[in-house]
Amino acid sequence: MKIIVLVKEVPDTYAERRLNLETGLADRDANDRVLDEIGERAVEVAISYAESHPDTEVIVLTLGPQTVPATLRKALAMGATSGFHVLDDALLGADLMLTAETLAKAVERIGFDLIIAGDTSTDGNAGVIPAMIAEHLGIAHATTLNSLEISDTDIGGEREASGGTITLTASLPAIVSITERLPDARFPSFKGIMAAKKKTIVTVDLANLGIDADADVPRSIVIAVSARPARSAGIKIVDDGNAGQQLADYLIQNRLV
Amino acid sequence: MTELAVDPILVLLSVSPTGELATSAAELLGAAGRIGTPVAVIIAGHGHGPDAATAAGARGAQRVLLAETPDGDSVLTSQLVDGLVAAYERVNPSAVLISHSIEGRDVAGRFAVRTQNALAVDAVGVDRDDEGIIIHHSVYGGAYDVDSAVTFGTPVVTIREGGVEDRTAAANPTIESLEYVGTGRKAATIVSFTPEQARPSRPALRGANRVVAGGRGVGSAEDFALVEQLADVLGAAVGASRVAVDSGYVPHSYQVGQTGVSVAPQLYIALGISGAIQHRAGMQTAKTIVAINKDPEALIFEIADFGVVGDLFTVVPQLVSALTAKKE
Repeated sequence: MKIIVLVKEVPDTYAERRLNLETGLADRDANDRVLDEIGERAVEVAISYAESHPDTEVIVLTLGPQTVPATLRKALAMGATSGFHVLDDALLGADLMLTAETLAKAVERIGFDLIIAGDTSTDGNAGVIPAMIAEHLGIAHATTLNSLEISDTDIGGEREASGGTITLTASLPAIVSITERLPDARFPSFKGIMAAKKKTIVTVDLANLGIDADADVPRSIVIAVSARPARSAGIKIVDDGNAGQQLADYLIQNRLV
Repeated sequence: MTELAVDPILVLLSVSPTGELATSAAELLGAAGRIGTPVAVIIAGHGHGPDAATAAGARGAQRVLLAETPDGDSVLTSQLVDGLVAAYERVNPSAVLISHSIEGRDVAGRFAVRTQNALAVDAVGVDRDDEGIIIHHSVYGGAYDVDSAVTFGTPVVTIREGGVEDRTAAANPTIESLEYVGTGRKAATIVSFTPEQARPSRPALRGANRVVAGGRGVGSAEDFALVEQLADVLGAAVGASRVAVDSGYVPHSYQVGQTGVSVAPQLYIALGISGAIQHRAGMQTAKTIVAINKDPEALIFEIADFGVVGDLFTVVPQLVSALTAKKE
């Protein structure tokens, strides 16, 4: 079994994130760059399967700037077999269509039985890339899964639907995305960290994948960015035995109830 | 202005297996009405089409393209994408609006790739100027407002659930049958559907007008009943911080924050929630924020319109009885 895991380098959410107000792009210096947590969970799914199925190869794939190999090493230290990095200046600020096209070309190049991604990234909050890749490749998608079972020939899992839960199956090859309900990612062991240093990260550019970022196709572009004024604190009272009543009065006066 | 009125905006409306039009229909048609004429696409289960079309008219659809899937259809997403593509070809819309729900995201992704149109996601509003359609986004947990546009072609836009306040007046729509040939692309199969057990009387967290959320300070699953009690008095949805979820007080679906549900209600009441940055990212665009916490230094007070430093186990019962008394 050959499993590709899609991961993404994102600004750490443990501090305020910033956008560059000129370009609308993430201010990369404002925060530590980390692997998105949901992507780490996707890596965990793949490597726990690999542990019980020794013939499994796990390739972590990402596109991003030159800092990516450092974060990709974490996935390799967790136990992924190798990394694949699409690096190209033309990807800076890439829209969803270009991103999906690039990832689709990359997974075709690598070859796979199963692709696993996180449901949504913490920075883009899009959650559309897996379905877009599936459409490019003509394979099934099963996204936002709260559980996942992998067999030699198919995958199965559950996801939320309006008014309930649906159980899904799909034949391989397929692409899935998982939610936070799947188990936490393991911490890399010392042995894993040492081993990761010797693992391969293949780097390719867009030309190598046969993609023209300047093709005359519709693109989504940012036309304006503004920082919203920070919220300021309002009334703050210390309970003197009457705070519940005061709060009720506040809600009633402000027509909030 | 007359030209504006005829601009068709294609809106995909979702229908549940039991035939209910998704609550997102009102905001999708509301957003569409702001930039053109709302044209609804409904692909309903067998027998559910006419009622769903009527409901769409009540929410402002001027025209409904209606198809029903064969009885027992169990293919994930495909019918919706194939039907939407057929409607797109028939209507030639100025924009296509789809809910940013789980199902909507799948449809939007496939639809954009198939029709080779640019995709803008998680929008909280749409507008129009001389150069075309502008899409509004709220990013990094509401810290920034970002506007986007597409360079050319038809923008495909997903609308955040509960993110748009615009509503369109009820219309008496023309209802047309939408015929299309399924492409039969590879897809996942739906094996079964299990209806959820949740109490239908309480509003869903996503898109709720009022939310009462509990955190670490609630202390236990049993004591979470206090959070629910206040929520029920207010007719509010119930949410929780990640700590409360990780501690097992409530199911994961209650989680508000960066990695849970993002909410923007009129009123958000945080009980025993410290206000970690990831939690704030999911609720700081609420119109009014109320916080009760015994720690006067809790970060949540920095953004609260009304903060109470005190024990939630004395303040909340008093609040509940005051509100109940007001009701009676």
